[in-house]
Amino acid sequence: MLVDVLNAFWVGGLFCVLAQLLIDLTKLTPARVLVFYVVLGVFLGAVGVYEPLYDFAGCGVSVPLVGFGGAIARGVREAIHTDGAIGILSGGLTAASVGTTAALVFGYLAAIFFKSKPKRM
Amino acid sequence: MDQKHYERRVAARAARSPVFKNCIAAFFFGGGICALGQGLSFLYRALGVPHRTAAALVTASLIFLAALLTGLGVFDKLARIAGAGTLVPVTGFANSVVSPALDTKNEGLVLGVGAKIFTVAGPVLLFGTLAGCIYGVIYAVFYGFFL
Repeated sequence: MLVDVLNAFWVGGLFCVLAQLLIDLTKLTPARVLVFYVVLGVFLGAVGVYEPLYDFAGCGVSVPLVGFGGAIARGVREAIHTDGAIGILSGGLTAASVGTTAALVFGYLAAIFFKSKPKRM
Repeated sequence: MDQKHYERRVAARAARSPVFKNCIAAFFFGGGICALGQGLSFLYRALGVPHRTAAALVTASLIFLAALLTGLGVFDKLARIAGAGTLVPVTGFANSVVSPALDTKNEGLVLGVGAKIFTVAGPVLLFGTLAGCIYGVIYAVFYGFFL
């Protein structure tokens, strides 16, 4: 169990280091890095790397945004198997629904209950 | 100054460069958030939640936490130190939804909050689902689902 937490720690940490290098050393903005990571996740899922990586690192890959992409790829694949070709259209957002809905609902509630504070992005 | 002395000086300088420091911060903050997620996942499973539901609950919990910290103004202070460490985990996605929603409150709930809430989430969802569909088409063709 402790080993799993440790694996999640260092694999997740490395994903963040890679993103930090992309931000510091290239012209990629944080928003582009997020988009890149989601697409990377779909790619890793498509070539069959995501699942074994998930078995090894757990939240180390599912919590970084590559996990969002990995979930989309798995959702599409499974939906194609259960529902046929329509799964191409239904699988992705179904798999991404928890993260998306949670972010939208909690985001909206935060906007209602809190006041904006001066900040830099 | 001999060669060794010089090399040591260079190494000391390099270690203080912002890129290196940023990477260390990103590693520990990002790794910490993932470890927290893993810990939560064990907690939920110990409470009898099935594996997949536990993973979804972890996502929802981290998003809730990030939304709360963003609302309190704590997230941005953390993010300034952590850099990609808070950006890359799902917390960064949550922050990118909450932050513009908060900032555009005075522009109205529909075209302010409602539209701007997708400033970063929109591109992420678009390119994520697009990549998923492309994969789906290739997968379906490869396995003969169109026949």
